[in-house]
Amino acid sequence: MDTELIIEKLKERFKSAIIEVAEKNQRRIIITIKPESILIVAAWLYKDAEFRFIIASALHTKRGFEIHYHFSKDAIGLVLNIHVILDKDNPEIESLSNMYNASNWIEREMHELFGINFLNHPNQEKLISEGNWAEGVYPFRKEFKSDQEKR
Amino acid sequence: MSKKTLIPIGPYHPLQEEPELFKLYCDGEIVKDIKWETGYNHRGIEKLSESKTYEQIFFLVERICGICSTSHPFAFANAIEEIANIEVTNRAKYIRSIIGELERVHSHLLWVGLAGHFLGYNTVFMWAWKYREPVLDLFEMISGNRNSYAMFKIGGVRRDIEESKIPVIQKVLGDVKKKTDMLVGAVMDDPVIHARTKGVGILTKQDIIDYGAVGPTARASGVAIDVRKDDPYAAYPLVNWKVITAEAGDVFAKTQVRLLEMYESISIIEQCLEGLRKEKEGDITVKVKEIPEGIGNGRAEAPRGEVFHFVQSDGSNSPVRHKIRAPSYVNIATFKKSCIGQTIADATLSLAAVDPCYCCTERLAVAYNINTGEKIMNAVELINQSANMTNDLKKNFK
Repeated sequence: MDTELIIEKLKERFKSAIIEVAEKNQRRIIITIKPESILIVAAWLYKDAEFRFIIASALHTKRGFEIHYHFSKDAIGLVLNIHVILDKDNPEIESLSNMYNASNWIEREMHELFGINFLNHPNQEKLISEGNWAEGVYPFRKEFKSDQEKR
Repeated sequence: MSKKTLIPIGPYHPLQEEPELFKLYCDGEIVKDIKWETGYNHRGIEKLSESKTYEQIFFLVERICGICSTSHPFAFANAIEEIANIEVTNRAKYIRSIIGELERVHSHLLWVGLAGHFLGYNTVFMWAWKYREPVLDLFEMISGNRNSYAMFKIGGVRRDIEESKIPVIQKVLGDVKKKTDMLVGAVMDDPVIHARTKGVGILTKQDIIDYGAVGPTARASGVAIDVRKDDPYAAYPLVNWKVITAEAGDVFAKTQVRLLEMYESISIIEQCLEGLRKEKEGDITVKVKEIPEGIGNGRAEAPRGEVFHFVQSDGSNSPVRHKIRAPSYVNIATFKKSCIGQTIADATLSLAAVDPCYCCTERLAVAYNINTGEKIMNAVELINQSANMTNDLKKNFK
């Protein structure tokens, strides 16, 4: 399956879910979708198109919380970013960890650092700062100031 | 319900070189469950990166890992060059690949040594680390540093590899190749190592896909993924080499993949050195104006697997977001599959088999000011000592 075919199939299958397709080159594509469709899009990528889940990157911007889910199709060297924009005040999205374990840790990490809630996550505990970080303080949010910055 | 015994490995344990805590829940000799805790060494590099300029970030990401310190700048350079559409010169590509592969050689030697150590086979440990030393000397000759080479920059490399250094590198590579032959003989034909590693810590193809594992861990289970082949960068498409795989998925297969990969690395470096001779006149950098707004997904194959850097730029001189995914982050997570059901002795070996490197995986550090007032060494003294050592080395090589 080559890049064009993958985009074509995605557009055909998830017509109502896709907001924007940005094709940078043959190997880098960013597709913005509606957050509620993440589960079906990721399921198709992982099970049918045999993509590998690399990682997800969360961002806190003016638009709210954004997540780029990075998928790789190794046979053709393609990195496909599935991009979602979440609500400013109540960021939450369906967890992918019931489908594959690769997203388990990163979802816990995003929950911990950004305060994004992953619905139906099997175990949304803190990953890295257990026991030495205040509840409800999210260091990667833009409003967060460290003690040094406050001075 | 039977009682389970908790055996902690860590947070500081002589078995592993970095702080981490594995909790093995055992029933008798068998590991029934395993939990992992980290966060002992988080340095906040992703956050720090947002406050630095693109040129400074190279030095920052280089310090993520002490062993594979070039793989992070490599992936970061790939990400930035993707945003700004920069094509580096062939000479710079060859130099980048040489550094990357020399690093793979010394990193794999380090792992083979550690694996021997875990098995109680300390001769392998001492040999492997001894033969790793000349490779580090090569780095010092090329870059002035044994580690954290500071070779990468946007649009090329900082230092050239001059014609006079090529024979020295070739000679060391020849020696390393001979020693690798010996190590391969010692490890692959040893009945004790066979008995100890075959069938231990098996990861199936499905486990690899499920956990998204990468690098030698994936290749030892028959998943032939290698960023150097799949998404070619630097000089890798310009040279001939093959991806090493094995099918068994056990500790022995991982050892085999790493050992055989060293031959490929040596062959890549030799071809790159020939390439350097061909590209004598080439520049090592291209001029870079500014980094435009955009998104970069940079990948590089580190000794442990794929390093992934996601950079979002807003057109200023520092990133809005810089996400780093080191290979150990996905490889360590496979321990649930490889360790449960094993004996304690085998579990520790299975943990070590993915070549875990916690520095890259750690995420948060609290730095304490100890304020002892004791003066250890000031910066000038340190720099002088380092410069003198490099000069001595250069004399030896001449």
